Amino acid sequence: MADYNMHILVCGGTGCKASQSELIKSNFKTRLNEFGLSDEIQVIMTGCFGFCEKGPIVKILPDNTFYTQVTPEDVFEIVEEHVIKGRKVERLLYKDPESKEHIVDTKGMDFYKKQIRIALRNCGFINPENIEEYIGRDGYAALGTCLSEITPDEVIRMIKDSGLRGRGGGGFPTGLKWELTRKSVSDQKYVVCNADEGDPGAFMDRSILEGDPHSVLEAMAICGYCIGADKGLVYIRAEYPLAIERLKIAINQAREYGLLGNDILGTGFSFDVEIRYGAGAFVCGEETALIHSMEGKRGEPTVKPPFPAEKGYNGKPTNVNNVETFANIPVIINKGAEWFASIGTANSKGTKVFALAGKINNVGLIEVPMGITLREIIYDIGGGIKDGREFKAVQTGGPSGGCLTKSFLDTPIDYDNLVAAGSMMGSGGMIVLDDSDCMVAIAKFYLEFTLDESCGKCTPCRIGNKRLYEILEKITEGNGKVEDLNRLRMLSSVIKDTSLCGLGQTSPNPVLSTLDHFYDEYLSHVTSHKCIAGQCKALMHYSIDVDKCTGCTLCFRNCPVGAISGEKRASHYIDQSLCIKCGVCFAKCKFDAVLIA
Amino acid sequence: MNKIKSLADLKKLQTEVQSKIKLREMGDHSETLIQIKVSMATCGIASGAKETMSHFIEELDHQGIDVIVTQTGCMGYCYAEPTIELTIPGQQPVVYGFVNKAKAQEIIEKHVKLNEMVDGIIPVNYSSIDN
Ligand SMILES: Cc1cc2nc3c(=O)[nH]c(=O)nc-3n(C[C@H](O)[C@H](O)[C@H](O)COP(=O)(O)O)c2cc1C
Ligand code: SF4
Repeated sequence: MADYNMHILVCGGTGCKASQSELIKSNFKTRLNEFGLSDEIQVIMTGCFGFCEKGPIVKILPDNTFYTQVTPEDVFEIVEEHVIKGRKVERLLYKDPESKEHIVDTKGMDFYKKQIRIALRNCGFINPENIEEYIGRDGYAALGTCLSEITPDEVIRMIKDSGLRGRGGGGFPTGLKWELTRKSVSDQKYVVCNADEGDPGAFMDRSILEGDPHSVLEAMAICGYCIGADKGLVYIRAEYPLAIERLKIAINQAREYGLLGNDILGTGFSFDVEIRYGAGAFVCGEETALIHSMEGKRGEPTVKPPFPAEKGYNGKPTNVNNVETFANIPVIINKGAEWFASIGTANSKGTKVFALAGKINNVGLIEVPMGITLREIIYDIGGGIKDGREFKAVQTGGPSGGCLTKSFLDTPIDYDNLVAAGSMMGSGGMIVLDDSDCMVAIAKFYLEFTLDESCGKCTPCRIGNKRLYEILEKITEGNGKVEDLNRLRMLSSVIKDTSLCGLGQTSPNPVLSTLDHFYDEYLSHVTSHKCIAGQCKALMHYSIDVDKCTGCTLCFRNCPVGAISGEKRASHYIDQSLCIKCGVCFAKCKFDAVLIA
Repeated sequence: MNKIKSLADLKKLQTEVQSKIKLREMGDHSETLIQIKVSMATCGIASGAKETMSHFIEELDHQGIDVIVTQTGCMGYCYAEPTIELTIPGQQPVVYGFVNKAKAQEIIEKHVKLNEMVDGIIPVNYSSIDN
């Protein structure tokens, strides 16, 4: 067995690779070889450290030294100074941005504090199909403590003090919701877990259910104890087969261990959980529609009040919470409300899980404390924008949310700041856009989703959104007029004001937010018929560069509408009145003679 | 499994399980085993985590090496699926990304058998609440 006494880790993430980290690695190898050290020290290329602004990164183990912005030439100094003489190379050490001091050990870097896993604490750590692993990590201890030592009112007090707010989108204070449901008088009450997760691109809830299903079951039982319910229902979309499978296994194991069922832990409290399947409609994530769907009725929303806390499932008081909201509960009980409230901002406590997607290097699932900035998420965790392109905006809140532009890169992210910025927290989809994304097309994309998902019960949402979509379509096809921009605004505000449920009330947000932040882009679509991002096909103009064209006739033969003419071995021409902007000529030309404007 | 009857029983079970895990994590080489966790959430499975996991199981079995191979949930590094975490007793866990069959083989040959890390380590960039 080789016994290396030192490891040199060189970052091989996209960003660092672009700045010669391969060469850094091979320089290390050569240099160590020259000193005859290759048997004692191993050089390894790693995935992205997520610290790309300061790349290339080199980390040395076991002493946890973190070098930033290392060049291939620096390797010699690191080998001679650090490896051989044991003296750290000061100038390459990471500098704390605030104290300006060099940080010697990575554990002292606040970079490691950027992600804190509370809701995801067990995901990727325990085997989700083994209840004992969950129990070993404090699992069901919170439930046990609540049932044996704390009164329901005290538990509710704790949840209120923790400042936990709903993670399903609305951000309603969870403790308050529990209190309201507790106060409703009835012979039967229900706890419902909303695992519908319909936002395009979101998969936080799925990951929690797949990685740590017991945390949700435990929290539901605690909720049942608080509000006085003995029955819990998980509403989950049938498109999540693995999450369903793991949840079923978890429910059965919890029953087997006596942690669900009658007389839990000998306390006289009984609680059981069942699964209800949804067909995967976005509107069924709305709590009233969700309840109707569970009752076997059409998944359509109804007017609130009555709120589910008064009249929910089967007309009985029902407490609906999101998966991630529940996953936070056991930790709050175990570690205390004060601990939880110490993380985050004034009115948004704890962490939020985001599904980071789009034009970003490290696509993935992250859990960050409330109050973190977009810049930290994108550049320190996400590894920066793909292909070194320019950051344009981040879409949060899915079809109900909006875009955050460059000017919000340093805004602390919490419920209130996002709303003030014209977007919303939503359930946690975070889609990063770069300069090749057209904002009109983005608005159109979300509206198309809304159109598909609207239940059609009320007119403003059903017909209004269709008209809104048609206007956007007109604009992206180059037929828009300046007046259309005002129309978009007017129609949007009517839809917002008059729709019945949250889906309709928020559906124009992507349009309004892009209009606010990217008015120029809309304007150039309607006045000069140009799409700056080059995404709106219909607005492109194809022409042939007479100097480059060799007259090979390839484009002429491939154009589906016969818009190209020209003699063999002579320059060709595109008849603009016939061109349908399909782009075939551009793709086919071997001489780069087709120009797009 | 008998039903757990009280909070005290639950705590007893918790201590038992914890010491089992501790033993696995801290114990010395002769007594304890290397552990490999494969991230098996939808994203991992879609990128081939199942094949990776069965390759680990079959190959280690074939070579007669005793390693605990288990599954776990999403580690969050979706861009680098399939991901695995390898723990040599007494050492820090190491996460590898893009572990296809070939990489799995390399990990077995080098890291499991020789305690030599190989390329493709994903640096852990978050802290989890400690219990
Ligand atoms: C159109 C629409 C879709 C929704 N989809 C979801 C969803 O997928 N998951 C979810 O938890 N909440 C969703 N909600 C919010 C729920 O109505 C409800 O507020 C939430 O489940 C309450 O839980 P919380 O307080 O823990 O966030 C949606 C709301 C609307 C209006
Ligand atoms: S706003 Fe839309 S989704 Fe909501 S009830 Fe009306 S038609 Fe249905």
